[in-house]
Amino acid sequence: MTSAATSNAPRPDVIRLDGVAKQFGVAPPALDSITATVRGGEITGLVGPDGAGKTTLMRLMTGLMLPDAGTIEVLGHDTRTGAARIQAEIGYMPQRFGLYEDLSVQENLNLYADLRGLAKSERPAVFDDLLTFTDLRPFTARLAGNLSGGMKQKLGLACALLKKPRLLLLDEPGVGVDPISRRDLWKMVEALTEEGVGVLWSTAYLDEAEACHRALLLNAGKLLFAGPPSALTERVAGRVFKLTGAAGRRRAILACALEEESVVDGVIQGEAIRLVVKRGADPATLRAQAGTEARIAPTAPRFEDAFVDMLGGGPGGRSKLAEATHARPADDGRPVIEARGLTKKFGDFTAATDITFEVPRGEIFGLLGPNGAGKSTTFKMLCGLLKPTLGEGRVAGFDLRRDGAEARNRLGYMAQKFSLYGDLSVAQNLAFFAGVYGLAGALKRERMALMTEIFDLGPHANLSSKDLPLGLKQRLALACAVMHEPEALFLDEPTSGVDPITRREFWTHINGLVEKGVTVLVTTHFMDEAEYCDRISLIDRGRSIALGTPDALKARVATPDNPDPTMEDAFISLVRSSSERAAA
Amino acid sequence: MWWIRLKALIIKELLAVLRDPKGRMILIGPPILQLFVFSYAATLEVRNVDVMVLNRDAGRWGYELVQRLDGAPTFRRIEHTQSTAALHDAINRQRVIAAIHIGPTFSRDIEAGRSADVQIILDGRRSNASQIVGGYLSQIIASVAAETPAGRQAAPSSVTVIPRNWFNPNLIYQWFMVPSLVANIALLIGLVVTALSVARERELGTFDQLMVSPLRTHEILIGKLAAPMLIGLFHVSVYITAAVFFFGVPLRGSLILLYGSAIFYLASVVGLGLFISSLSKTQQQAILGAFLFMVPATLLSGFATPIENMPEWLQPLTLVNPLRYFLVIVKGVFLKDLPLSEVAGNTLPLAIIAAFTLGTAAWLFRRRLA
Repeated sequence: MTSAATSNAPRPDVIRLDGVAKQFGVAPPALDSITATVRGGEITGLVGPDGAGKTTLMRLMTGLMLPDAGTIEVLGHDTRTGAARIQAEIGYMPQRFGLYEDLSVQENLNLYADLRGLAKSERPAVFDDLLTFTDLRPFTARLAGNLSGGMKQKLGLACALLKKPRLLLLDEPGVGVDPISRRDLWKMVEALTEEGVGVLWSTAYLDEAEACHRALLLNAGKLLFAGPPSALTERVAGRVFKLTGAAGRRRAILACALEEESVVDGVIQGEAIRLVVKRGADPATLRAQAGTEARIAPTAPRFEDAFVDMLGGGPGGRSKLAEATHARPADDGRPVIEARGLTKKFGDFTAATDITFEVPRGEIFGLLGPNGAGKSTTFKMLCGLLKPTLGEGRVAGFDLRRDGAEARNRLGYMAQKFSLYGDLSVAQNLAFFAGVYGLAGALKRERMALMTEIFDLGPHANLSSKDLPLGLKQRLALACAVMHEPEALFLDEPTSGVDPITRREFWTHINGLVEKGVTVLVTTHFMDEAEYCDRISLIDRGRSIALGTPDALKARVATPDNPDPTMEDAFISLVRSSSERAAA
Repeated sequence: MWWIRLKALIIKELLAVLRDPKGRMILIGPPILQLFVFSYAATLEVRNVDVMVLNRDAGRWGYELVQRLDGAPTFRRIEHTQSTAALHDAINRQRVIAAIHIGPTFSRDIEAGRSADVQIILDGRRSNASQIVGGYLSQIIASVAAETPAGRQAAPSSVTVIPRNWFNPNLIYQWFMVPSLVANIALLIGLVVTALSVARERELGTFDQLMVSPLRTHEILIGKLAAPMLIGLFHVSVYITAAVFFFGVPLRGSLILLYGSAIFYLASVVGLGLFISSLSKTQQQAILGAFLFMVPATLLSGFATPIENMPEWLQPLTLVNPLRYFLVIVKGVFLKDLPLSEVAGNTLPLAIIAAFTLGTAAWLFRRRLA
């Protein structure tokens, strides 16, 4: 994401929040005395994990809800008295687009034009501008429900821009959108700020915050930080290091490092380990553990490093789950997940063509690609949700077509959105998954007790799982997926939207399991999840266009201008050049 | 092994509908309420209706006829009027269902031995009730006619008609209604619970989770069928108990036969629900689909109107309606000890329908995966 340049020209405040609080029922406050401002002509990031209060704050700004305490002034109007005028002057794009999926692109635009009272005479020109702006012109007759995630967001944005607003509120426009579309979206919004429009961009992804002029960091209803992102990252300046040269053992080393007193936070980045250490700690001691070939060097801090540091550091590196898992002996070296010439056709549309790869035991393999490129199709064929038209998929040596049930018995599955039974209690969900995987009697009780203990679900055992906070839902979903000690784990955007602490906890478990010989297939849009992979297959237009380690993919796109590209740079550049080849 | 998986799935299905207090209320409250509302309110008998009399005859026979009308228990109130305009108005505004117009020469004609006319005006908008009221009125008028001098001469004194109603001697309406409701409510519950179960999972994204588990397709189908069938059997049992002990409907036939056929009936209903479910993407579509089937199924079942009264071309359509067969069984077992051969004869079509709907649903289910 290109960083928006900050200029020093004074910009007017478009939103003023003063002591804003909101509470729903007896739950802890959704927002707790928030005081902040949003300026015109800038992108302000509203950053925080799911459940931090971002959507509540946005709805309060639109006047759709009123605060319990404090005042909100939007474009000079108080939301208590001037809600109607605010709503006429702002553009608001709610989460999940608010589009009518059974209407076409043009019909959605017409409907919103009617709703916003756009004069009939102005419409042709406005529609023309917006369709050009969003590149949606070729798709005006397509049903909104059949657009890809990125195109839906662009249409949502177009609908919010019908009457040129002075303030644009975007609620998580990046969710479910691939990096290329996200970058496009960002550029569109940036172009608007140049015309003086104030933009509030809410996101659960901290890397998006870095590109904003200013960021408001929310966590559990509290405003932790407000200001330019660089002001936050300064708090960890000089404390962020990259440990390289420990390729084969990086997961084990990270687990040890996280147990160190001096280490605040650590994540895997391809072959390297990124570490944040305590103030005054000497990173050289860490290098000693990593072996003689390891090198440790300071690196530029990120927003997320600072956020985790602010929250008091990430979790430790021990995974009780991995410790309780029986190690799988490295057997005959046979791959655990195999895709051989997988092809899927829907009518005359080919969603996946001749996808072939092997994942050996104890490896994390990533499937990446733009929306609608075929990575979900491939993923679904490999866990038995779709039958391939041609080719075969194997899990733990079992053909998914012939011995589907045997193969499914050996895999665990965790989907992007919480997909357990919300009406069932935590204990009932565990019991259901235990039963479905054929556990009974003493073994079932033992595994359920173990999962309850490892994931600390005991105090919540009788709560309906839909009422759990997001972090606990995520733990429960993992517990249900690994209850039967699967050989292979299938993860579909597993940590989408969860807070960074829970995300680290999750990956600590996954890393631990992988060390014990569990094999992982992950599909994701988010680059920090991709960094955990041993190898990645990049899929575009139904074909695998690149396959290699994250570092190898990054190296392929390194240029003199950009010697150290990010995973996102690699993604975008590889997909672009493949598209160009296809067009040629 | 398969049993452990299946048990887990059935328990989960039951919990999914019953654990939520709201869901529990919806499944238990309204059906019980319906039982009482329908058994007491939905009656085809004509009671509590008003009629109007315009008597322009000053003689004895007009007076006699009015007296008899006043004495009839069927009518709640007899209004008297002297103008035809008021009479028209009363019918127009549905204040009365019928009016009797006695002409000025009524008594004179009778005494003279001529034929005398009485006009009955009925509200054709309520055709069924009007027909019945027309019947009552004709009976009363006939009884007056029999006492006129001409009538006495004409009546052969030796013939008396003694009607006797078999199976339901007092024609108690609930004896007909409550057993029919057993079949109707099982249809409603079975269809809706099944139609929603797959659609809900699809909407919430839990369906994929189910499909990647070692459960085989047929196990998922059985699990999805078992829970609504258990709930349906529970309702059938509640209704049968209420019919016997609360409404005093005689249970003359075999309970075993009734339950035996009920299982096939529920299987065919649940199969239809699953069929609807596998065609719908959302819960809304599933509910709409369920009602799309249920309304014609109820109307074309012989529940409210005899199948024989329907047009010839429409009658074959009722052959695929499971409600049609089960209504015969449930009413027959209750009121007239339907013999095994008849129960079996009506259960066989249910089994065929069940096999067809379940087979199609299973096929659609698998096809959706491909």
